[in-house]
Amino acid sequence: MKIVIENFSLQYQDGTESLRNINLEILPNAVTVLFGPAGGGKSSLLRCLNRLNDLADVQKMAGRILIDGQDIFEPKTDVTALRRKVGMVFARPVVLPMSIRQNLTYGLELAGERRPSKLDEAVKRSLQQAALWEEVHDRLDDPAIALSGGQQQRLCLARSLALQPEIILLDEPTSGLDPISTGKVEASLQELKKDYTIILVPHSVQQAARTADYAAFFLQGELVEYGDGKELFTSPKEKRTEDYITGRFG
Amino acid sequence: MEKDLSLGEFIITRLIKASGYSAIVFVTLIFYFLLREGLPTLGEVELGNLFSTRWYPIESYYGILPLISGSLIVTIGAAMVAIPFGVGTAIFIAEIAPRWAREILKPLVELLGGLPSVVLGFLGILVLAPNLRILLDLPTGLTALAGSLLLGAISIPTVVSVAEDALDSVPRSYRDAALALGATRWQTIWRVTLPAARSGVLTAIMLGVGRAIGETMTVMMVTGNAPVLATSLASLFSPVRTMTATIAAEMGEVASGSVHYHTLFFIGMVLFIISLIVNVTASSVVFRQKKRAERVLS
Ligand SMILES: Nc1ncnc2c1ncn2[C@@H]1O[C@H](COP(=O)(O)OP(=O)(O)OP(=O)(O)O)[C@@H](O)[C@H]1O
Ligand SMILES: [Mg+2]
Repeated sequence: MKIVIENFSLQYQDGTESLRNINLEILPNAVTVLFGPAGGGKSSLLRCLNRLNDLADVQKMAGRILIDGQDIFEPKTDVTALRRKVGMVFARPVVLPMSIRQNLTYGLELAGERRPSKLDEAVKRSLQQAALWEEVHDRLDDPAIALSGGQQQRLCLARSLALQPEIILLDEPTSGLDPISTGKVEASLQELKKDYTIILVPHSVQQAARTADYAAFFLQGELVEYGDGKELFTSPKEKRTEDYITGRFG
Repeated sequence: MEKDLSLGEFIITRLIKASGYSAIVFVTLIFYFLLREGLPTLGEVELGNLFSTRWYPIESYYGILPLISGSLIVTIGAAMVAIPFGVGTAIFIAEIAPRWAREILKPLVELLGGLPSVVLGFLGILVLAPNLRILLDLPTGLTALAGSLLLGAISIPTVVSVAEDALDSVPRSYRDAALALGATRWQTIWRVTLPAARSGVLTAIMLGVGRAIGETMTVMMVTGNAPVLATSLASLFSPVRTMTATIAAEMGEVASGSVHYHTLFFIGMVLFIISLIVNVTASSVVFRQKKRAERVLS
């Protein structure tokens, strides 16, 4: 088990109970998909896994999240180290206002890496992993903002990969992309899962079904069903899951 | 029925137009009046006299350089106080303070902004000046430094509230992206949030500086009002006299239409032009950056 989530609950300051008693075990080297209708708590859970929720208006949190057996909410946890280990890609690509190369080396420089050879190597490796190398290798010093939306999103993926994380969280990474770019991102995920633990919030049920090795269905803060991806999408056990998959609500 | 509607429409658009144009008319009138009362100076006072370093109108010495330098040194001093403290406070409120602290601090800062400057001048005379005198071992505490500190205090609320709005409007996704890469909170503020809010923060600084240049009451009360040319930073520790304080102090006693009267208006013109330059610079900087941001987004 890479990640173990035990009896986890989360309540925001305005009283919203976004997650209720979640139990989930996530395996390494696979794509685990968290899906369900809006407001289900998928983003909230992702943002807990790298403790990005630390600064949000969280009122109450209960339960535990273990990564490699370590409780990430323990006071002695090094949060920046955790965030390097658990990379994240957001729905809208946020490229930093720098060149393509600097976007990729920024995280490493924050971590104290200065050796040019290491940085160059990380740039090439991460771009290849994100299937972007072919398109940009001859203009690495151009401003990143000049890339297309799909390229920017893969740059954001590459930016997380440059830090050599162990886990990658993706929150609707293809919601703003055209089908071809979406296909490229999905293909690189299938490649990446050989080395990483991937947790994906897809932007559609179709994408969930296409990409999931394991799938978890979230409904209003509750984990309704969790299991093997193929099985869950062909023969769901829960009525509510089936209704959602077949498009009867949501 | 339809006729009524179009009549109402007609009246309302005219009214809005009229009030829009009246703003332009007012500014033009003010400027015209300034020119009419101020320009005659150029014919009445020799340029050599006007741009000399001696201001002593009773004996027809009309050198405005000490007044300009007094305003500049007090304003620069005020900016050196207001910019770090103002921007720092804005960062604290927008980025660091917990929610409850923010909810106390924001109205508090706005309250400070509404404090009449006479009250601050009063505090300056009673508390700040004597303490400065003792602390720095000066002959008098009523110096450019006292004026700078107080003007800084007056400008801080302006800087804080405008800069805070600018920081607050930086999308949360920017911060998230930097944090998720392992940046600390401070690195995120310094390398991502602040650069993204740059144009708003610049506007805040310019507005604060503008407020400081134009402020009259406080500087008149605490700067000592000696029209001595400020030549170096050491002048911070001696009394100075600003353009605004000169106009306010002397306008009441001059004969309308006299040379002295025209010269005071001329000083007003100079002040107007300096503020104009500050504002135009500020808005052109902001405008350039807006255009770039729009290009980036399209
Ligand atoms: N910072 C916050 N403060 C208060 N409430 C929040 C906050 N973030 C999320 N919520 C609430 O928590 C609930 C779950 O939100 P979350 O964003 O996790 O859902 P989601 O499953 O990702 O939805 P979507 O598919 O729309 O992205 C929602 O009711 C939302 O309003
Ligand atoms: Mg979400």
